[in-house]
Amino acid sequence: MTYHRRDILRTGLFAGGGLLLGFTMPLFGSRMAKAGQTDITGPSPSAFIRIGTDDTITLIMPDTECGQGIWTSSAMLIAEELEVAMAQVTLMPAPPNAAFYTSPALGEQATGGSTSTIGDWTRLREAGARARIMLIQAAANTWHVDPATCRAQAGMVHHEASKRSATYGQLAEAANALPVPGKVVLKEPADWELIGTSQKRLDTPAKVNGTAIYGIDVQIPGMKIGTVAASPVLGGKLRGINEAAARAVPGVRDVVTLDNAVAVIGDHFWAAKQGLAAANPQWDDGPNAQVNTHAIIQALADATKNPGAVARDDNDAPGKIAGAKTKVEAVYQLPFLSHAPMEPINTTLHIRPDGADLWVGTQVPVRAQKAIADAAGLKPEQVVVHNHIMGGAFGRRLDVDSIEQAGKIAKSLGYPVKLIWTREEDISHDLYRPFYYDRMAAGLDADGKILGWTHKTGGSSVMARWLPVGMKGELDPDAVEAATETPYDLPAIKVEYVRHESPGVTTAWWRGVGPTHNVFMVETFMDECAAAAGQDPIAFRRTLLQKNPRALAVLNLAAEKSGWGEKLPPGIGRGVSLQYAFASFLAHILEVEVSQRGEIKLRKATVAIDCGQRVNPDTIAAQIEGGLIFGLSMAMYSDITHENGRVQQSNFNNYRNLRIDEAPDIKVFQIDSHEHPGGIGETGTAAASAALGNAIFAATGKRLRKLPFGAGALQNA
Amino acid sequence: MKLSINGQPHDVDVPEDMPVLWVLRDVLGMTGTKYGCGIAQCGACTIHLDGQAVRSCMLPAGAVGTAVITTIEAVGNSPIGSKVQKAWLDTEVVQCGYCQSGQIMAATALLEQTPKPTDTEINAAMAGNICRCGTYVRIRAAIHQAAEA
Repeated sequence: MTYHRRDILRTGLFAGGGLLLGFTMPLFGSRMAKAGQTDITGPSPSAFIRIGTDDTITLIMPDTECGQGIWTSSAMLIAEELEVAMAQVTLMPAPPNAAFYTSPALGEQATGGSTSTIGDWTRLREAGARARIMLIQAAANTWHVDPATCRAQAGMVHHEASKRSATYGQLAEAANALPVPGKVVLKEPADWELIGTSQKRLDTPAKVNGTAIYGIDVQIPGMKIGTVAASPVLGGKLRGINEAAARAVPGVRDVVTLDNAVAVIGDHFWAAKQGLAAANPQWDDGPNAQVNTHAIIQALADATKNPGAVARDDNDAPGKIAGAKTKVEAVYQLPFLSHAPMEPINTTLHIRPDGADLWVGTQVPVRAQKAIADAAGLKPEQVVVHNHIMGGAFGRRLDVDSIEQAGKIAKSLGYPVKLIWTREEDISHDLYRPFYYDRMAAGLDADGKILGWTHKTGGSSVMARWLPVGMKGELDPDAVEAATETPYDLPAIKVEYVRHESPGVTTAWWRGVGPTHNVFMVETFMDECAAAAGQDPIAFRRTLLQKNPRALAVLNLAAEKSGWGEKLPPGIGRGVSLQYAFASFLAHILEVEVSQRGEIKLRKATVAIDCGQRVNPDTIAAQIEGGLIFGLSMAMYSDITHENGRVQQSNFNNYRNLRIDEAPDIKVFQIDSHEHPGGIGETGTAAASAALGNAIFAATGKRLRKLPFGAGALQNA
Repeated sequence: MKLSINGQPHDVDVPEDMPVLWVLRDVLGMTGTKYGCGIAQCGACTIHLDGQAVRSCMLPAGAVGTAVITTIEAVGNSPIGSKVQKAWLDTEVVQCGYCQSGQIMAATALLEQTPKPTDTEINAAMAGNICRCGTYVRIRAAIHQAAEA
C-alpha cells in the first residue's frame, strides 16, 4: 500500500478549526511518506497523533462519538503504546480523508456497524507504537545512546544511565524527520496499563456543565437560523407558500423554496418557526399519496409467498420439515422505526464562491463533504467539515439527505445559516428501519429435536441504496445477518431474502441493523420450537450449542445469575435471547410482570457478554445497558405508520419512549476473554425484543408476533 | 424585558411569546439548555425558575417576570448542583449527553426538595426526562450517590 504526500493541514484540521493556533505545531510526521518508502503497513502515526512544542498531545479520532464512548476507548489504544497518560491527551475528530481514515472493517471512513474497536484494535496501537519508537530514536540520537537503553513513560523519554530526560514536545521536531518504522511489536497484555481498565470518559465533563458543543449548538459570526418543512409525502412537491406572510413575521430574514421543501430563516429559531407556520406551505402529494400501512403489510405478505434470493440452503430443510412429526410455523412482523436521537437533525453551512464550511454531527464525514461539494459546485477539498459530537445517532447520521437539502438551501444565501429540523420534521422525515415480514418453519422429531429450519424474510434493502456494491446479486447480506449464521448447530437450514420496496418510504440503518431484526426472529421462533417440544427454553437451546462453547458459556452465565428455573409468582415470567452478533456473544434474560389487564412491567434484565478482549469494561457495561433500554423502548412502543402517504408519528407524545419509571434493573456480567475484540455499540439492542416476547409468553401463555408489544398488543392478543 | 439568569440581569428585546429556551440559546448564546421536542415531552430544555424545574421550551419569556432563572451553566455553583454533577461523572452516567443538562437540572431540583428520595420518588420526578441512550439505571444510582454525599 503506498501513501501519497498529502498536506494534512489543508484537509481542514486547522483551516476554520481554530484549534491549534498560538504555538509552533510541528506536525509529527507531517509528511505521510517519503518517496520510495512504501513498506509501512499502516498509515503514518501522524494521521492519529499530533505533538506540539508545548507538549500538548492531540489524538485524532477516526471514529465519530455519538455517546458510545469510542473516543475514550480509541484514545486508550493509542495512549497505551504511545506511553502517555489519559490526562495528557486532547481529542479531535478526523477530517474527511479516505486515505488516512478508511475503516479497515467497513471499507470507508464511517462509524457504524459496531466495528470501530474491531477496526481500531490493531491500527491505533500500531500508530502509538510507531510514534513511541520514533520519539525514543530521536532522544537516542540526541544523546548518542542506544535506543534500547531509553524508556518512554507519560509523555517523556528517559535515559536512566545518564539521568537525561526529554518531553515528547522537545523531541517532536527531530522525531518528525525520522523514517516511520514498518512492522512493530505491540505490548503483551501483561504489560497493559490502560487496556482492560475502566478509564474515565474524556468527553463527559463538558457534557454535565453545558459546555459541550453539539452541531445544533454551533454559533458562527453573522449566522442566521432557519427551519425547514419538506413535502409530508415522499415524492411530493411544493405547490405554493404565503411568502409575504412569512416575511411579515418579525425577525424573519429569508425564505427559500426548493421543489419539495421550504425553509424560513431568521434571527432566531422562534422567528423561523413562526415564519414557517405563516408561510403555510401547500403540497402536491404526488404518486405516493395513497401509501398506507395496511397496504404495505399486504404487499409484503404477498411478496414473501414467492421464493427469495437464497442465503443458505443446507441439507434440504424443507424436505426435512415436510417429513417431520411436528411442524412449527410462524409469521412475524417488525414495523418501520424512527431513530429519534435527542439532538434533532441540524446542519450549519456557509457556502461561498471559493469554498464552504460545514458544521454538523455526522457518522460519514467524506459523504457529508461530497454532499456539500456537489450542492455548491465545489471540489470536496474546498469544503471544510467541522464534525461535532452527536446528541445520539443510532444510524441516522450515516445518511446525508439533510445535508444535501441544507446545501441546496444555503447555496443561495451569502451568510452562515444553521438549519434545524423540528422534532416533528425529524420524526416524520426520517429514513426508517425497514418493515420486515418473516415466515419461519421448523420440523421436530418425536423427541422434539429440530430436523429442519427455514426462514424467509421480506423487506426493503438498505444496502442496495446505501452501498450497492455490498449486495450479492439480489441478496442483501444485512437482511439475513444473524439468520444465516445463528449460534446453533441446526442440521438443515434454508434462509431466503425477498427484496420488497414499499413505495413512499426510504429505509436506513437503525441500531442493531440485521441482528436487531433477525435475533428477534430466530430467538422468538426458537422459543416456539422449545414450547412445541415441551422443553425448557434454555435446556432446549443447550442441546444445539455443543459446538459453540462461547455461546453456551454466556447462556449458562446469564441463566445462573438470573436464577433461571426458580418458581415464579403468577403473572411473572422470564424470557431468554441468545445471539452471536457483531462478533460478540450475548445472552439476555428478561423478567416481566404482566397484570390482569395486560400491562407489562419490565422488572429486571440479566445479561452475560463475551466480546473478546475488552478495552474499557465500564463502557461495555454502559453500552449493553443503554443498548438494551433502547431496544426495549422500541419493543414496547415504537411503530411508524403511514396514512395518505404521510407518517403519522411526529413527536414524543405519539412516538412513545421508555421513561425512567419503566426501565428495569439491569445487571451485566462480562466474560474475561482474550479473543479478538468484538463490537458492543448495537449488541444490547439486538438482544431486547425476543427476550421481551419470550418473557411475556412465559408470564401469560400468549405469543406475540408483531412488535411493538407494549401499546395494547396483549389486550388484543 | 429584563430577565434574571444565573444571577445576572439580561435586557432582551424579544416577543412576549418567545419561549425562554430560544432566548437562552439564540439571543444570549447559552446553548447548554437543549431543544429536544418543543412540546415539554422530553425535558431536555429543563431550567430552574425560582428553584423549580420548568420546561423552558413552553415558558414564554413574558411570563418570567422577576422570577430567577438558573441554567445548566450555573447549576454547579450550588452545593447540590455540584454534587449532582460529580455523581454524574463518578457513575459515568453520560453517553451522548444531549439530554443530560435537563436530567441534571431535574435531579437537582428533586434533591433540593427531597434530600433523600426513594427510587419511586426519583422515578416520578425524573419521568419527564427522556434519555434515548438509556442511561436511566445510572441516573438513579447517581441521584442516590448525590443524596448521600
